Order: sequence, then structure tokens, then C-alpha cells
Amino acid sequence: MSNPYAKLPAWAEYGLIPLVNLIVAFLVAGLVVLLVGENPLKAAYHMINGAFGRGEYIGFTLYYATTFIFTGLSVAVAFHAGLFNIGGEGQAYIGGIGVALACLWLDKTMPWFVVFPLAIVGSAAFGALWAFLPGWLQAKRGSHVVITTIMFNFIASSLMVYLLTRVLKPLGSMAPQTRTFEAGGQLPKLDWLLSIFGLDVGNAPFNVSFLLALLAAFGVWVLIWRTKLGYEMRTMGFTPSAARYAGMKEARITVIVMMISGGLAGLMALNPIMGEQFRMQLDFVQGAGFVGIAVALMGRSHPAGIIPAAILFGMLYQGGAEIAFEMPSISRDMIVIIQGLVILFAGALENMFRPAIGRGFATFGRRFPVAAQRGA
Amino acid sequence: MSDIAIELRGIDKSFGLVHANKDINLTVRKGTIHGIIGENGAGKSTLMSILYGFYQADSGDILVGGNKVTIKDPNAAISSGIGMVHQHFMLVENFTVLENVMLGAEDSQILNTSISKARVELKRLEKEYALEVNPDALIEELPVGLQQRVEILKALYRKADILILDEPTGVLTPPEADHLFRILGQLKDQGKTIIFITHKLREIMAITDEVSVMRRGEMVATRKTKDTSVEELAELMVGRRVLLRVDKGEANPGAVKLAVENLTVRDSRGVTMVDNVSFNLRAGEIVGIAGVAGNGQSELLEAISGIRRAVSGTVLLNGKPIDVTGHADPGDLRNRGLAHVPEDRHHVGLVLKFDEAENGILGYHNDKRYLNGVFLDTKAIQVDAEEKIKKYDIRPPNPRLKTANFSGGNQQKIVLAREMERGPDVLIIGQPTRGVDVGAIEFIHKRIIEMRDQGKAVLLVSVELDEIRALSDRIIVMFAGRVVGERDPDATEGELGLLMAGVEGRKEAAE
Ligand SMILES: Nc1ncnc2c1ncn2[C@@H]1O[C@H](COP(=O)(O)OP(=O)(O)OP(=O)(O)O)[C@@H](O)[C@H]1O
Ligand SMILES: [Mg+2]
Repeated sequence: MSNPYAKLPAWAEYGLIPLVNLIVAFLVAGLVVLLVGENPLKAAYHMINGAFGRGEYIGFTLYYATTFIFTGLSVAVAFHAGLFNIGGEGQAYIGGIGVALACLWLDKTMPWFVVFPLAIVGSAAFGALWAFLPGWLQAKRGSHVVITTIMFNFIASSLMVYLLTRVLKPLGSMAPQTRTFEAGGQLPKLDWLLSIFGLDVGNAPFNVSFLLALLAAFGVWVLIWRTKLGYEMRTMGFTPSAARYAGMKEARITVIVMMISGGLAGLMALNPIMGEQFRMQLDFVQGAGFVGIAVALMGRSHPAGIIPAAILFGMLYQGGAEIAFEMPSISRDMIVIIQGLVILFAGALENMFRPAIGRGFATFGRRFPVAAQRGA
Repeated sequence: MSDIAIELRGIDKSFGLVHANKDINLTVRKGTIHGIIGENGAGKSTLMSILYGFYQADSGDILVGGNKVTIKDPNAAISSGIGMVHQHFMLVENFTVLENVMLGAEDSQILNTSISKARVELKRLEKEYALEVNPDALIEELPVGLQQRVEILKALYRKADILILDEPTGVLTPPEADHLFRILGQLKDQGKTIIFITHKLREIMAITDEVSVMRRGEMVATRKTKDTSVEELAELMVGRRVLLRVDKGEANPGAVKLAVENLTVRDSRGVTMVDNVSFNLRAGEIVGIAGVAGNGQSELLEAISGIRRAVSGTVLLNGKPIDVTGHADPGDLRNRGLAHVPEDRHHVGLVLKFDEAENGILGYHNDKRYLNGVFLDTKAIQVDAEEKIKKYDIRPPNPRLKTANFSGGNQQKIVLAREMERGPDVLIIGQPTRGVDVGAIEFIHKRIIEMRDQGKAVLLVSVELDEIRALSDRIIVMFAGRVVGERDPDATEGELGLLMAGVEGRKEAAE
């Protein structure tokens, strides 16, 4: 009986505990706001209003969420196999090359729905390639992916500076970016989706890659819980010695998983490049690879948790920008602090309230029979 | 009633649909050793976890020394004078003995004064109870027997008057177990009360004063040890007469199925664990490998089954070589008819976080019958699991339950069912009945003999000499990585014991 915590029903495990963590995170964030002499309720109002107050704001929130779903899934897939892929940032960055190549090649001659599939394949392939090397190095040489993926982030960054200033930049341009794509390189917005709810997307770059992200989330669920590879990944993640006993090829699985993870990170590039800016710019990833770690952590590496977690972080991004705009004494950095608090409570301090909640259940336990719970 | 250490009244506990403890009453007298026995899943560990504050009872009272107490967590248990030695030790591996003992019981904010005080106290305890350990040794460097001693010291350091031991002998070698019993005897003489859970009825007879029997969540009987017998206890546990002796006919050995020649295996530190070992295993026979734990048996099984790479030697399976010194693939060996029940079910044989059905295909997950292309055929997996659950009487009969929530014996049955149901040509089994109750032991032994009678070759490793003697057709004894002798199963225990201790073997090798 080595588990000191009573087992909780699924709805408490996946609903109540994250919610409590989140509320505490916001309470502490409120204290921080109070400390700089501002009214936390006002900040909260601007945050919520800025994220959901208008169709356009919702569009922005979901645009950011799209990005975070991809990077969150990327981290989660690797995590199920016991691998910690911190290289989502670099893999997404390199994935951009695949998107840019497809667009630069065909944007003038083909419609978006021809270019998009090619860009999907391209971004996934480049992202996967960038994760292949760390995966291979761990499988064959034992270099830990945590270290190599971080290093590969730096390499990716330098490589992209080179490409965008020397190779992909149009002649005569001063800016380190590709040319702007024509119609074929621009993804349609999901204005119809919002208008179902009577909302107007306005200027928000909420585009079809959101649907691709939802599809990817479903795909990841199938992969992890319904395929043989997923079964092997989970065995390796939970009990590596049992994987060896079962004859699973750890090296092969490590490489494949890292490539899937890198491919998912690469897909993220579609959203800003084809969905917002219609060109590839320096630093278009903007830390989304790292936010993916927090999203995966908070979403318990389950797609059904990652989507709401990604939307939450989308809200923090969009609503945070709004606070910074409306309340000048709260700077951008303060927003980062608030985001950090959410990560701290939702991820790192995951177990803080568990004992208390567990005791609550023990006291009132008889009324909530613990359903025998699935591995998923 | 000052001679009563602990009284439980009407303790009730459910986990969802599993009613683990039903209205349990138990009285433990002060200064006695009180045994608790029961089938796997009977609820023994649950009851002790309630007493130690890991779980809360749904209803019922706990009285310590006649006073009603609420034990809401282990700290509360400790302040009521209750200490527990866990089956899976809870020690910090890279801390010293002293650091582990004082961890969480530091009595000063300043670590240094704490440490020197603790050292004095530890010395006193060691002397008082003859529990010598080097206070500065690192836990990871100590053998299991000594680690357990540290757990006991930890409880005593916290001034425990009542000590709970949940299957303490499961991990011990026979001499270590004997030593533990001497320690428990001394503790009893000093007036401590001990609650002792085990599956080994012989141990109950040897050291307890009273014994309580649990069955399916209920407390069915309490006896004075001197007024009962092994047979009666076994029957009380299982609810029917249990065959404690194995019934088996003559072996009919056939062709050689597994030939091991000059096999040498080193561990990760380069220490030679298996030293030039050779033997044959034939169809229709059970060969038992006897030996004190840690004499190379584990590494031998790992090398044969392709988990650990050997340094040199050859192994032939059905006449064809296994690449033991290169990349032997456990999956490939399974296809060639080799099944392996590993010694360590928690870290090797099972993924504890999987549900029962998922563990039912571990190692056989490439089998077409569980797959639709690259997808798992969840329906087929489920049906397969349900069949095995029925055939092996795995309880609770729920393929969706997380494996960690099955009791030890039922976990073992999950592994056995998976490996035996294929009808492999060669079955290698490490510690088939560790932590398993008498009823299940009877069942497992029967199945092993059935396999033999169907013409399968069985290689058995066990630290239980009784088990080796009861099942084997030939006994090979290992000491310090070498085969020091081969005997018939009717060899006396004394003779085998001497071989296992390396005494006879050295003489034999010299001759
Ligand atoms: N945390 C849990 N959640 C759900 N069921 C549990 C949990 N812990 C134990 N059980 C169930 O309660 C029953 C009693 O388990 P317990 O571990 O107390 O048995 P035991 O008598 O100690 O068995 P063993 O001799 O095999 O150790 C079993 O059916 C087990 O599956
Ligand atoms: Mg138990």
C-alpha cells in the first residue's frame, strides 16, 4: 500500500482538482495585481472580456489555442513514451520551412485547398526531421533528449536566421522574412463557425488550422489508446523494464515517437504562417513550444484535457494583452507572471490540494462510489 | 482492560464495488505476536492500512490501549504508538541509515544537534534490541534483510509500541527470515506488540501466539496458535480442504528442449553472476534451481529469456541457438515457444498502471488475434482477458480494473495465465508463488505439473526450498553463480542446505 493518497473518482481527478488549482492560481495572481496597486477585479474583468467579450476576441483566443493544441499534443505524445521533448520550439520553427516551401512554390497557381495538404505534409516532415536527430541520438548513443532537444532549439534558431536573411528573403527586401503569399498560401478564416453562434470574427486570424488541430487531437487519442504503437509507448513510459521483457524495440519506438512528436510541433507552423501573417517571419513561434509543455502538463497529457488547457492559455494570451492595454500599470511582464502562476499551480504543484480533497472524499466517501477506472 | 493493545470494532471499508473489509472485529493482546492470514485479496493489507492511517474506514472504531482514537494519517498512527514495516520499503535509497531513521522525526531545527542526538538514540536502540546496522551505510548498499531492519529501527525510533509487519518474509532468504524471527522474539520479550501478516503457515506456527484468519473481507476465526494446526488454518482460509502436498506422478522426460552450455553472465558492474553454467532441460520434466537468493539464478533466467546479454556461452532452444551474447529478442523467443514468468512482477512482468486486460497481452501484443492492422482489437483483448480471469479465478473478475489494485496473488495469476495459456514448449518461472496464498499455491502447482504432463519443459527458480523439492524432477543447486551439484528431489533438506551454503559444493568441486 504505497500510495498514501486515496483514489478519487474520475470527475474529481480530471475536473475538480484542475479547477481548484486554477482558482488558487488566479487568487494568487490577484494578490500580485493588488500589490502593484491595481484592482484585481478590474483586471479579471479585462482578462475575461478581452478573451471572450466579442466575436473578434474569441477568434484571437481560439487562434492562440490552435497553436497551443499542436505543441501540447507534441509534448504529450512523447511524454506517454517516457520521453521529455523540450524541442517543440525548434521543431515548430523548422516545420515552418515546409509550410513556406509549399506556399512559395504553388501559391500563385493553386487554390489553398491544394496548397494546404502539401503544407501539412511539409511542416510535419520538417518538424519530424528536426526531432529525428535527438531521438536517434538517444536511441543509439544514449544522449538524453532533454539535453539534445534544447540544443536543437538553438541550432534551429540560428539556422532560421541564416535562411531568412540569406536564402528565403526576396531580393532587395530589408526584412528577414519571405515574400507575402498570394491567395493560394492563405488559409480561409472560420468566420462561418463563429457566425453560427452569432459572432463576428472581425480581424481575428481564426482559421481552418483549428479544425486540423481538433483532428490531430483525435488522432493522438487513437494513437495512444487504440494502436499497437500506443500500447508499446505506454508500456515504455510506465515501466521500461517491462517493455524490454515484452520484446519491444525501445530504440525504434524512441525514434518513431520523437518524429511523431516533432511532426505535431511542426504542424503548429501552419497557423501563424498560412493563417495569420501569410509569410514566414523571424521568431514566428514565439515560445509556443514551451507553452506546449505547460498545456500538456495541465491537460494530463490527454487530448481531452489538452484542448481546454490550450484554450485557457489562449485566453491568458489574448486577455493578458488586453489587460496590458487597458491597465498601463500592469506591464506585459506581469502577464507573464500570471501565466507562470497558472503553470506553477496547475502543473508543478499538481499534488498540493490532492491530500485535502482526498480526505474530503474519505469523509463523505460512501456517497461517491469510486467507479473502477479505465487506464485511459 | 490494560492487557489489550489494539481493538478493532466493526471496521468496514469498500473500494467502489469491492467490499474489502466487512465488519471486522479484532483484539490484539499486549506483548504478543498476533498473526493475520488470509487468501490473496482477503483484505489484510487494507485492514492494516486503516490501522496505520493510509485509508479511512467507512465505519467502525479503533481502540488503542482501551481508548478510542481516530487515525487520520500515518502521523496520527505514530503518535498512538503504532509503527509499520511496509512490504515495499519506504526508505530513501541514497540516504544513510541514520538519515533515514531520523527523516521526518528531527527534533530540532538545527540539523547537527538533531543528528548527534539521533545517533545516540539509534545506538541505544541497536543495543537494546540487538539490531546492528552501520548507521552511516547507504541504504542502496544494504541487502534487503538489513533494509528491513532499518524499517524496524525507524518505527522503534518513533517510540512504536505496536509494530505491524505486512508480509515481511516475502523478500527474505531463509537465514534472514530466521534472524527476523529472533528479533521479533526479543521485541516481544521487551513488551512490544507485533502484528504479523504472512502467507507461510509454518511461520505462523513458529512465532505467533494467536492467529486470526480473514476470508473475502471477513474475519472468520481467531485461534490460539498452540491449539491449531497448519491444516486447520489452511482450511479456514480457503473454506475447503487444501492439499498442502503436491500430487504428482513419474516424469516422462523426452527430447532436450533447452540446452545451456558454459553460460557466463555479468551484471552491470561487471561482477560475474553466472559462471560457466551448463545444463539440459527436457520435454516433460521440471528442473528446479535451488539456491539462496542472489546467487545468479535471476541473471540466469534473464539471459535465457533474452532480457540480459550474456558474456559467453550458448543456449539452444528446440535445437536452434538463441543469440544470448548478442541481440536475443524476447518477442522472437516467445514465437519460438519460450514463455517466461519473471521473478519481479511489479517491474518486469506487469505494467501496474495498465488495466488487467492490457497486461493480458504484454509480450503477445504482436499477435494477430489482438490486432486489426495497426489497431488494437479491444473487443478480442477483453474477451481473452475474461476467459483467463475465469480459468485462473482472478479476483475481482474485472478486466478493466487497474492492475495495481489487484492483490499480490491475483497479480501473479495474471502473469501466469498470460504465459501458460499459450502452451509454450519451454516455460521458465521465477518465484511462482511469492506472496501467494495457500489456495492459489495449490492451483499454481497443479498447473505447473499439468504443463509438465502435457510434455512441456519447465525450468523453475524459487528461494522456497519446499517448493523446489515438491515440484522438481531434478534439482540443480547454484552457489556464487556456479552449479555446485545436482540432486534428486528426495535429497534431504539438510543436504541441499549445505550445497546452497556452498559447503558441500566446494568439496565436490575439489574432488
Ligand atoms: N486502492 C484500491 N482500489 C480498489 N480496490 C482495492 C484497492 N486496494 C485494495 N483493493 C481491493 O481490495 C481487496 C483487498 O485487498 P488487500 O490488498 O487488502 O488484500 P490482501 O489480503 O492484503 O491480499 P494479498 O495477500 O494478496 O496481499 C482486493 O480485492 C483488492 O483488489
Ligand atoms: Mg497484502
